[in-house]
Formats: sequence, structure tokens, C-alpha cells
Amino acid sequence: MTSTSVGAEFPDVVRTPPAPPPVSPFRQVLLPFSFFGPALLLLSVFLIYPAIATVIRALFDDRGKKFVWLDNFDRMFSDDIIYTAIKNNVIWIAIAPLTVTLLGLVLAVLNERISWASAFKVVLFLPLAISLFAVGVIWRIVYQQDPDQGLLNAGITVAHDVFTPPGVLHNALPSGNALSNRFVLKQPIAAGDTAKLALTGILPEDVPSGAKQAVDPKPESGKITGVVWRDFKPGGGKIGVVEKGELGIPGASIDLLKDGKKVGSAKTDDGGGFTFDGVSGSGYTMQIAPATFRAPFGGVEWLGASLVVPAIIIAFLWTAVGFAMVVIGAGLAAISRDVLEAARTDGASEFQIFRRVTVPLLMPVLTVVFVTQMIGVLKVFDIIYAIAPGSVRNDATTLAFEMWRRSFSGQNQFGFGAAIASFLMLLFLPYLIYQVRSQRKNA
Amino acid sequence: MAVAEVRQPALRSDVTPMTIGQRFAKVPLNVFLLVVALLWVLPAAGLFVTSVLPKDIANASGWWNVFSKPSEVTFENYRNMFNNDTITHALWVTAQVTLGATVLPVLLASFAAYALAWIDFPGRDIAFVGVVGLMVVPIQMALIPIFSLYNKLNLFDTIPGLVLFHTAFALPFAIFLLRNFFAGIPKDLMEAARIDGAGEWKLFFKVVLPLGLPAIAALGIFQVLFVWNDFLVGFTLAQDNVPIAPALAGQLRQFGSNLDVIAPASFFSAVIPLTIFALFQRYFVQGLLAGSVK
Repeated sequence: MTSTSVGAEFPDVVRTPPAPPPVSPFRQVLLPFSFFGPALLLLSVFLIYPAIATVIRALFDDRGKKFVWLDNFDRMFSDDIIYTAIKNNVIWIAIAPLTVTLLGLVLAVLNERISWASAFKVVLFLPLAISLFAVGVIWRIVYQQDPDQGLLNAGITVAHDVFTPPGVLHNALPSGNALSNRFVLKQPIAAGDTAKLALTGILPEDVPSGAKQAVDPKPESGKITGVVWRDFKPGGGKIGVVEKGELGIPGASIDLLKDGKKVGSAKTDDGGGFTFDGVSGSGYTMQIAPATFRAPFGGVEWLGASLVVPAIIIAFLWTAVGFAMVVIGAGLAAISRDVLEAARTDGASEFQIFRRVTVPLLMPVLTVVFVTQMIGVLKVFDIIYAIAPGSVRNDATTLAFEMWRRSFSGQNQFGFGAAIASFLMLLFLPYLIYQVRSQRKNA
Repeated sequence: MAVAEVRQPALRSDVTPMTIGQRFAKVPLNVFLLVVALLWVLPAAGLFVTSVLPKDIANASGWWNVFSKPSEVTFENYRNMFNNDTITHALWVTAQVTLGATVLPVLLASFAAYALAWIDFPGRDIAFVGVVGLMVVPIQMALIPIFSLYNKLNLFDTIPGLVLFHTAFALPFAIFLLRNFFAGIPKDLMEAARIDGAGEWKLFFKVVLPLGLPAIAALGIFQVLFVWNDFLVGFTLAQDNVPIAPALAGQLRQFGSNLDVIAPASFFSAVIPLTIFALFQRYFVQGLLAGSVK
């Protein structure tokens, strides 16, 4: 990088008057070096040397003894997990920077129109102050699969239950011979009959809340009466007989069918009793509807192999959107009010102003945010480590993550890891050139 | 840097007061942004509430149920945390590394930035462009060689080792930021001091450093947050003397059953950067803007 050639001859530097004291070799070399030297030393040891050493290391085997030329890269590009890592990197780059920039833009524009703008800014900005590891922990709690633990699945369950409510019983078996194993009454039933739908295999804690002593149904003409109950009491009891201490099952759905068609349905009361009115003749069949036994919604497996990448990206968006919003907001504030006023006076709608004036004027800021995010996304490590359970790391991995995993998680594949790091650096190279070019004029 | 300070007048710069219709049109907007804000708060609230619930309750029902049973709240987890030597040691390590890796890079970068801004020396422009180029080098690029180097020099698992690594990786951005800020100091001021016979060191300490204080403050806060929140460096270059985030990494394996350790420690470790952020928010935003917009 810098070549501070000690002892060289330098032409006199032209300075603005008044003329500086005569330029001594001390001023020319030692003085700047005393200021710049310590930083240069650290940069050389920790950045320049390792960058070169890593590329060289990538040409040696994992133990660093044998020169293997490009074998590590060969291995890399035929490795299934590296393939997944590259695929995931592409997904990250395709989704995250654009989403962050767009959300940041929209929220920055909207935020200008509310009275609590600075509070909103702080709220969205806070995650940026937290470690990405803690962010991972936060989202891992959100993503827990059990709807009784994970907030996201709890929310989905509420919506899900509106359309398909869970049944009152999840595990039950017919007791005795009256019911088939699909809970259909084996014998046809007629008006004036009673139906005793006996169930067993229900754990005490699974009995629906509010259940009361089961009541033996009384036959009534023109009606079919019945009971659904837990045909069990401590000590056993008689099968198929409603006894004291046996509880009815409230909330069970009963379907009445004739010639295969549903002609009525009823819900059981707290004692498990139900009644079908206005029934005549015989030849009915009856069943406890399957909805009674429908299992509750188990929650989406966010941290399973197929959803873990989008799940981690969402957690990343949570931390990054605030940054984008604040930076874009500052750019927005710098836009001249006159320009917007002029457009408004010319009769442009708010959306037209946004599209034709605001966005083009913000383009430099948007580009900076977008590019910063692209670079940030390539480096993501902590959040993947914290969110992805061990079993799906192979599915959640990225190049930066895999580089670490191969080298340091006990695998000690240092040659392979160095090859991944070198490849990663290659991806950063266009950005490096872009940065150097854009800063050169400042130098 | 000044962009951040431009206070934003609301868009309605027209003199006519809003009609009722316009006022009404703002209701959906406010509701929408309120929902967005809620989406941002809820996940973090989940961590906090989980951290004050006994383990069996946190594992049996959702943390949001605490609002119907506030009596379940306990600070037992936090008491256990402060009695847990691994965690307290990790917090102590984090504090030391953060202090060292903030003071040192700010100091070294100030020196270097001064040289780049105000001392003419051969290769100065190349040096600046080099610094800009080094801003791009990812940490992953250095881990393997530094890991072997540290093992040879007995710097592995030491606080100086972590401080030096963080310092070096902070330097490119720090030098870049400070150099641009220092370069903005009026030339007349510098010349006047030079005529008065001030040497470069005196100039640095008496003129540049005081004037550069806002930028140095922004950089310092930035660096505190960055180092305090580090996971990758501590996880790779230390084993027993690890900062807090890597210290918790092992607990992830049994996430559910270790929640009573992970949640309070994660929350506590977030409180410190959050407090610093809240206190010095303005500087932080300025630093951010200077780093990204310029």
C-alpha cells in the first residue's frame, strides 16, 4: 500500500505563503510516520498480511503442508453444501437489499407526515443498537413452532382457528361395540330412540372444560335423544352404561344422516346430551362428526429446512430497515421544498411527485443504502448462527457462514475455509473498485 | 454530516389549514405506522418478558400471557445470571475489550487522519486510497491467518488479542471518517497556529482534536456498539475469555430448556448498547450518515 521510502530525496513542497521553515528530512519522513506509523503497522499485520496469506493458504491442503494448487476451489465447486451456500447468498442478495431500501424509502416518506415522527424513527432504529446475536435470540423466540410459545405461530393460529376451529377432543376411542372406529353408530336409529355414544381413551386433562356428570338420555317421541360421554370412571365402570362419576363431553358435533345425506347436526351440552327434533320414521345413521376430533393447528415450522432462510432474512430486515429509513430520511430532508412545491403547483398528484421528483432526487442516497446492504448481506454470520438450529445449518448456510464452519467449528479445514474466504473477497472486489474510484477525487 | 441536523418541516408548507377531510385521511396512515411500530416492538418485548418468567412457565405458555398473570414475573433468572461465573466473566471481558478497542482505534485513527489531512508527505494520496480500499476487507478474510498467528504469539484467548484485532478492523473507517472531518477545519486557522510557532503535535492536540470532537464522539459511540455487539471475532479468537455473545453460543443447542439463561443474558447485554445509543443518539446518527452518505 503506502511506501514510506525512508531517506529518499524530495523536491521542495510548494506551500501557501508565508513560507514554512526549511523542510528537514525529519519533517518529511519521521514526523508523518510518527502520526501514521502505528495505524499502518496494525493495518499491515491485521488486514494486508492476512488478506494475502489467506489467498496463499487457499492453495495448500487443510493441514497447510502440501501445495495443492487449485484443488480447494475444485472441491468447493463440487460440494453440495457450498452449492446451497451460494444459492442462499443469491436469495439473500436478491431479496434483502432491495426490500430494505424500498421499505426504508416508503417508511421515510410516510414518516414525514406524522406528528410522532421522531418516536417512530427511534423505535425502528433500536434493533440496530442490539447485537445481531441477541437479534437472533429474539427471533428464535418469535419463531418457536408451538403456537403456545412462538408469537408468530400464535398469531397464525388465531387466524387459522377462525376458519377451521380445532375439535374438543384429540384422542378418543369408541367404547364398547356401538360405534365403529370412525365413530359411526353401527345400528340404524329411528325416531324415539336414544343414542349412547360411548368414548374412552380420554386422559383426564383432555376432558373439555365445563364437562358435567353425563345424563342418561330419555326417549321422546318425534325426537332422537342421546349422549356423548367418557365411558370410564376410576375403577373402570360398566361399558356402554352411563354411571355416576362419568363425565359428558360438551361441544361435540353430532351428524344425523339419512340415505347417506346429512339431515341434521347438533352440539352436545355440558352433560354430553343432545337432541334432534322433528324426526320421523327410521333408517337414520348417526356419527360423531370428524370436526370433534380435529387436531389443533400445530404451527408452521419456520426453522425447518425449507423456511429457515426466509425466516432469517425477515429477522435481518427487522434490524436493517431502521438504518435505511434514517439515512433516506436525511436525504429527503435535504430535498428543496421549493422543488416539491413547484411540482404541486403544477398539479402533480402526491404519487406523481413521489415517482417523478422525490425518487430521482434521492437516487444517490438510495444507491448508497442499497450497496451498503449488499455488502452487509454478504458478511452475515451471527444471525444465522443464532437462529438456525444445528439440524438445519446445512440448509441455512451462506459462504461467510460456511467459511467459518469449515475452519473453526472443529472441522479444521483451513485450506478449504481459506478458499471460501478468497472467493468471498472476489465478490467484494467490484465494491472495492467502486469505493476507491469514488473516493479518489477526495484524496 | 450536517444533513442529519436539518429539521424537517412537515410537508404541508401551504398556509391554508388542513380541511377535515385531509385530517381524516391521516387516520389510516397513523394506524398503519402504529402497526409497523408495534411489529418492531413486539419481538423485543418477547425477549424481555421471557427473561422475567420462570423457566417452566416460559416453556409452557406464551410470554404474552403474562399480561393476564403479572404475578408470575420474577427476577430469579437475573439473580442466577449474576451468580453464574461464566456469564459475569464474559460481561467483564466484554467491558474490557470494548474499552480498549474503542480508545485505541480512536486515538490511532486521529493521529493517522491528521497526517492524511494536514501533513504533506510522499505517498499521502495513495495511503488515503489504500485506507478506503481496506474498508472493504471482510473480517472473514483475516480469521485464518490471525488465528495461527495468535496461537504462535500466545495471543489466542487473551483480551489484548481481541482488542488489537478489533482496533485494526476499526481503523480504515475511523481514519476515513476523521480525515474527512479534519480536512474541513479552516486552513487559515491551521496556518495561523503554525505562524504562532505551534509544532505538528501541538497543532494536533490544541487545535485539531478539540475541533474534531463531534466526529470523534460519533466514532467512539459507533465503535462501542460495534465491539460490544461482536460475536464472530470473540467466538473465533477466544475460548475461555470470551465476550458475552460467544459465551451464550453453547447454550443455543438446547434453546428451549436454556431459555432462562439465554433470555436474561441476551437482554442484559442489549441494555448497555441500547442505553448508550439512547443517550448519544444524535452522534450515532451523524456518524452513520457521514459513513454512508459521503
